[in-house]
Amino acid sequence: MKLDNIYQEEKKSNFAKVSEIIITMASRPSGFIGLSILIFHLILAFISPYIAPYDFKAINPTLMLQAPSAEYWFGTDDLGRDVFTRTILGGRTALTITFFGSLIALLWGGLLGIFCGLVGGKTDDIVMRIVDAFLSIPWILAMLLIVSLLGTSTEVLIPALGFFYGKGIVRVARAATHDVIAKDFIVSARARGHSNFSIIWNEIIPNVRDAILVEGAMRWSWMLLGFSSLSFLGFGVSPPTPDWGLMISNARGLMSFAYWSVIAPIVGLSSLIIGINLTADAFAKALGIDRSTKAPV
Amino acid sequence: MLFLIIKRILLGLITLFIVSLITFVGTEILPGDACTTYLERQAFGEQLEACYIRLGLNVPAYERYVSWAVNAIKGDFGYSLSGEMPIKEVLGPRIKNSLVLASAAIFIGIPIALILGIVTALWRDKLPDVAISTVTIFAMTIPEFISATLLILIIAIWLEWLPGIVIVPTDVSFLELLPNIILPVIAIAMIMTAHMARMVRSSVIQVMASEYVQMAILKGVPYWKMVFKHVLPNALLPAINVVALTIAWLLGGVVVTEVVFNYPGLGRLVIESISNRDLPTVQALAIILASIYVSINLLADLMTLMLNPRLKTLQIRK
Repeated sequence: MKLDNIYQEEKKSNFAKVSEIIITMASRPSGFIGLSILIFHLILAFISPYIAPYDFKAINPTLMLQAPSAEYWFGTDDLGRDVFTRTILGGRTALTITFFGSLIALLWGGLLGIFCGLVGGKTDDIVMRIVDAFLSIPWILAMLLIVSLLGTSTEVLIPALGFFYGKGIVRVARAATHDVIAKDFIVSARARGHSNFSIIWNEIIPNVRDAILVEGAMRWSWMLLGFSSLSFLGFGVSPPTPDWGLMISNARGLMSFAYWSVIAPIVGLSSLIIGINLTADAFAKALGIDRSTKAPV
Repeated sequence: MLFLIIKRILLGLITLFIVSLITFVGTEILPGDACTTYLERQAFGEQLEACYIRLGLNVPAYERYVSWAVNAIKGDFGYSLSGEMPIKEVLGPRIKNSLVLASAAIFIGIPIALILGIVTALWRDKLPDVAISTVTIFAMTIPEFISATLLILIIAIWLEWLPGIVIVPTDVSFLELLPNIILPVIAIAMIMTAHMARMVRSSVIQVMASEYVQMAILKGVPYWKMVFKHVLPNALLPAINVVALTIAWLLGGVVVTEVVFNYPGLGRLVIESISNRDLPTVQALAIILASIYVSINLLADLMTLMLNPRLKTLQIRK
């Protein structure tokens, strides 16, 4: 690398770096589509309570299973509730829970992974065996067990999801740490007598941050998938709350004559998951990380 | 070589041992035990005592773990709470049904994934690649329950080609099961194929860019001969491990798919036993599903080891 390049890199503010990454992401068609979908969903999640035309829990027996019309854009469901209102509100719970869940996963998975990669030896062996064991229990079984025993409140779901989706990040963070651990600047930091904490904070985190962030973005979309599957199976949010997974499972039985009440949440959920996925992909490419050969663990 | 295989098998066994500890400790520390959850409001006094004695819950936890583990190795998982039946008998037909579903999906999925992956890699960024890659992104990101629901809506309800919901008893013969499993197989195979096709694609692209392939092109080796003799053997080998991980990951998705189609397999048993708070069955299922995961990975590692002469002398990848 040329010297003046290094200087330019240092002068940039954090804001400039972030906006540069976003511009690189949006310059690819798939990244642009992904970002637009994600931003659309985020805006919708913020403003939907103010623009929703009807009350999401108002039951009206006279309006059961109405086809889409000018008055009810997406029709009504089996209890006479407006499907449009419920659809635009349906992503809020899922987005909030999975966003904070991913943050928790990112934090504990990332830090534990870095720590294991740095210290190595017996500690590393033991922790990785346990992580492997957790990885080999199907996520759905573990989540269902926790949720059925502890309940489905937000305070249970966020840490539970955060814990279960963090175990894969441990591996990624550990591998990324192994890549930098033998480099000269770490050896010299050790020689200068820096503590493990200082090495992690000043030398390793800046170098593995990108890999962990990309993994976290990917986990977000998988967590959303997992959370909606739980709702779909009846182990997620409880009934009056509008939620896409729950709406699909409720409307499924009647879809032979009221397809609209199942199509609307399907479009909402699929587009959000595809949006996050494409964004995470574009994010990885903008940071120069190749994820295409990784399995979804 | 032999040492590596033995080491790998031992590591797998250790993982299973930790899984058994986790599920046992997990069901132990979570509030409530098999008896209180099963008896619910009647969980006090004599009934509770009787239940503890019947299930052997009156002895210390470590003793219970040891006796449970010893019996589990013999294939005896005790009795299920709701059915009052040996878990072994409940599991048998379910495992068979799930195996039918999974192996059909794998046998259909792998060849299609190979073809799609190779085609998209060789015509990279051209029309076939863009078209197929768009479809695979959709297929792999959309949740299983959505693709399954859409399949039922379009093929079973609107077109009326196939039955949408499986309504057969658990122990049905294979031929009777056949028309019922087409849609579930498509639903599972779709996601799996999409994942694998993407991995094959990037693997082939990597090999195509390597120096020896450039060399072969410069030496004038015919294109297809080069693809089949030099590129594919090297590109597909690392894909084995990733394919195994994908299949193992799909165990979770199979649960959801089985519920959507009402398919009498292991997946629906997971939901049923959790809804009924049948903890002994849940423990047995956790161990069985984890064993499947571990053995698929073990098999993939061993296959890579056998097929790749270079790895025979190196330490096996973790």
